[in-house]
Amino acid sequence: MGKRIGMEVAVAVAEAVGLCNIDMAAVYPITPQSHIAEHLSDLVADGRIDAEFVTVESEHSAMSAVIGASGTGARSYTATSSQGLMYMHELLPIASAMRLPICMAIANRAVSGPLNILNDHTDIMPQRDSGWISIFVENGQEAIDMSIMSFKIAEHKDVMLPVNVNIDGFQLTHMVEPFEMPTQEEVNQFLPPFVPHATLHPSKPVTMGAFAMSDYFAEIMKAKDEALKNSKKVILDVWNEWGKLFGRKYQPVETYKIEDADVLMLTMGSMGETAQIAIDELRAKGVKAGLVKLRLWRPFPLAEIKAVLKNAKKLIVTDRAISFGGPGGPVFSEVKSALYAEAKRPLIYNYIYGLGGRDMAVKDFTGMFEKVLADTTNQEADTYEFWGVRE
Amino acid sequence: MALKTWKELPIGCVVSEPGSASEYHTGSWRSQRPVWNDTKCIKCGICYVYCPEGCIQQSEDGFFQANLDYCKGCGICAHECWPHAISMVEEG
Amino acid sequence: MNIVENFDLFAPRLINKKELLSPGHRACSGCGEVLAVRLMCKALGENTVIASATGCMEIISSMFPTTAWEVPWIHVAFENAASVASGIEAGLKALRKKGKIDDRYVKVVGMGGDGATMDIGFQALSGAMERGHDMIYVCFDNEAYMNTGIQRSSGTPMGASTTTAPAGKVSMGQKTWKKNMPEIMVAHGIPYVATACPSYPLDFIRKMEKAKSIKGPSYIHCFSMCPTGWRSPSHTAISMGRLAVETGAFPLYEVENGHYHLSSEMPKKFKPIKDYFKPQGRFRHLTADEIEMIQERVNIEYKKLVEKAKYLKI
Repeated sequence: MGKRIGMEVAVAVAEAVGLCNIDMAAVYPITPQSHIAEHLSDLVADGRIDAEFVTVESEHSAMSAVIGASGTGARSYTATSSQGLMYMHELLPIASAMRLPICMAIANRAVSGPLNILNDHTDIMPQRDSGWISIFVENGQEAIDMSIMSFKIAEHKDVMLPVNVNIDGFQLTHMVEPFEMPTQEEVNQFLPPFVPHATLHPSKPVTMGAFAMSDYFAEIMKAKDEALKNSKKVILDVWNEWGKLFGRKYQPVETYKIEDADVLMLTMGSMGETAQIAIDELRAKGVKAGLVKLRLWRPFPLAEIKAVLKNAKKLIVTDRAISFGGPGGPVFSEVKSALYAEAKRPLIYNYIYGLGGRDMAVKDFTGMFEKVLADTTNQEADTYEFWGVRE
Repeated sequence: MALKTWKELPIGCVVSEPGSASEYHTGSWRSQRPVWNDTKCIKCGICYVYCPEGCIQQSEDGFFQANLDYCKGCGICAHECWPHAISMVEEG
Repeated sequence: MNIVENFDLFAPRLINKKELLSPGHRACSGCGEVLAVRLMCKALGENTVIASATGCMEIISSMFPTTAWEVPWIHVAFENAASVASGIEAGLKALRKKGKIDDRYVKVVGMGGDGATMDIGFQALSGAMERGHDMIYVCFDNEAYMNTGIQRSSGTPMGASTTTAPAGKVSMGQKTWKKNMPEIMVAHGIPYVATACPSYPLDFIRKMEKAKSIKGPSYIHCFSMCPTGWRSPSHTAISMGRLAVETGAFPLYEVENGHYHLSSEMPKKFKPIKDYFKPQGRFRHLTADEIEMIQERVNIEYKKLVEKAKYLKI
């Protein structure tokens, strides 16, 4: 078993990636990802990891360089945030279409404008349809575990897709937390060598990124969609294996006190821990409240979501991003769509909250429950509202 | 060639047959063809060097000819041949 | 000058016979750019990995499920061929060091057109060159966005008519001077920069081979004739490249560690620029005054180059 240590989460993520025998990393600095980049470069500079560290001139080139490196069969890593992720956007669907198992940490941060360096999920949501496996973590331990596991998932022969691990910027990346860091031997045993599906090498010349017209494009999209959907089996297998090895078992959807709950809340990311305290407070007052935490964003865990949500009377979906002029937050839209065909389904309320690093206290979450329970005419169901906005 | 179904596509659409574009014959684009007059040819190979298709080959006797499966009839070889050994002839 | 002098009569014996770009590619008839790519591959040989930008050469060579390439080749996007190449170089270096691939030396090459190099991919190229990757970048400059329909780029020469800078009643077409990309690359302090043109195949191949032999970044700016975009007959493509050199519009030179050398192909006395403009539809609208204005600029630019070659000799 690994050692229990205290460390800043961003540094710990770099340490964890350093255990994964990466061959190459390309990163461009952006707050609040920078500590991951800096510590990775320290590991390379000190000879603790044997990898090429490419200090690119932009995030666009960071993603381009890891695509090139992954194309050669090198285990490749990058990390970014906010504007950097938006700048990479063009390349994300290309990486997944080429089926390159790149792993990336995203220190989630609000997208401009106006410029804001603090946490929300407005950076990852526009990347939703890029064909990547997308995982949200709740705490530092999970950030470490998911970072290590992401390589095994991405590189599995039945997956071969890029993975992003979403770590709330500042609220997680800059926290000093205690956690268990697996040992090098443990990671070596857990993580097999990367066996690429094709490589850019003259020993067997291949063409990657060929041009496809209407006669093939739809088939290529279908193949990618099936690959992403089918990756769930491998994700579950890898998470189960991790659970057996390290005692920390992960599910696509985590639940807290939902069995007898009348009203449920759904969160993604680090806010789950605060929301959990709110549940305890509400339970102490006799409110049958429960919490659902969505960990796997893509592939979307449709069956699991339905199973845990359909029996509630009311459901609060929380979003840390907004689809302007749309039906509500992105998580809300998807959850609502997932439940549409169910004969019995809860009334769904949507709160957009914690934008641009706005603090969320326990009382904010209990406030949401109180408001929803007070809505006896159900007038506010199926709509969305900005929580805590000055009117 | 039958179009592949989505299940038959290689992972990541990697093309693993180098040079397979040669399955496609660009010769059908041609409106005129190069014809060599071997009595004028000095076997210098300029035609071979300058061919954008790379479809002009030297035979064992040292003379050159174009592979008409690919020759697009651009006329560069005839224009560049300094002994004027190549003429462009309209396709029938 | 008799062109044959440059070939020592038996050109095919002097160059690699192996074709690494197969026929069946969909380049326009008489394409000078695909010829340049074909010759580049001959110079590079099999131990090469190419990262290509989006553009004519990408579209015409990689129609899924087939490929014209016989060397490992990747296309990712328009503006990032240099960054992709830098990643490939880093990946291969790491894998070779760890013994995960065989020990042969593989040259990594990035390639793109003038738009992909001088406009949208400028930053990526600057970054890759500055970082000192062991790679070659080749710009195939046909002086406009030909793949999308002949729109102007920063590589389009003064006075050329394009679909977004057309000649009209009150416009002479392109109103800006061509960006001097090779000089910008020289300013990066990289070991080797050269200009080339497939109308001078042996010179081009020699420069590619030199770039291949250099450990570190090198940049080749290859003038690539485009009969479609220049509105000139396809059979004149090679002579058009030759005229660009013979008039001084596109001088051939190389810069090795900051030292300039004019290629031996450069004539002692230039032909007038109008000889180069006349056969091309893109310049047909130019007045005598406009041609004179361009002629003056060509003279000055060449003089500057000659001075550099004089004071910064190899």
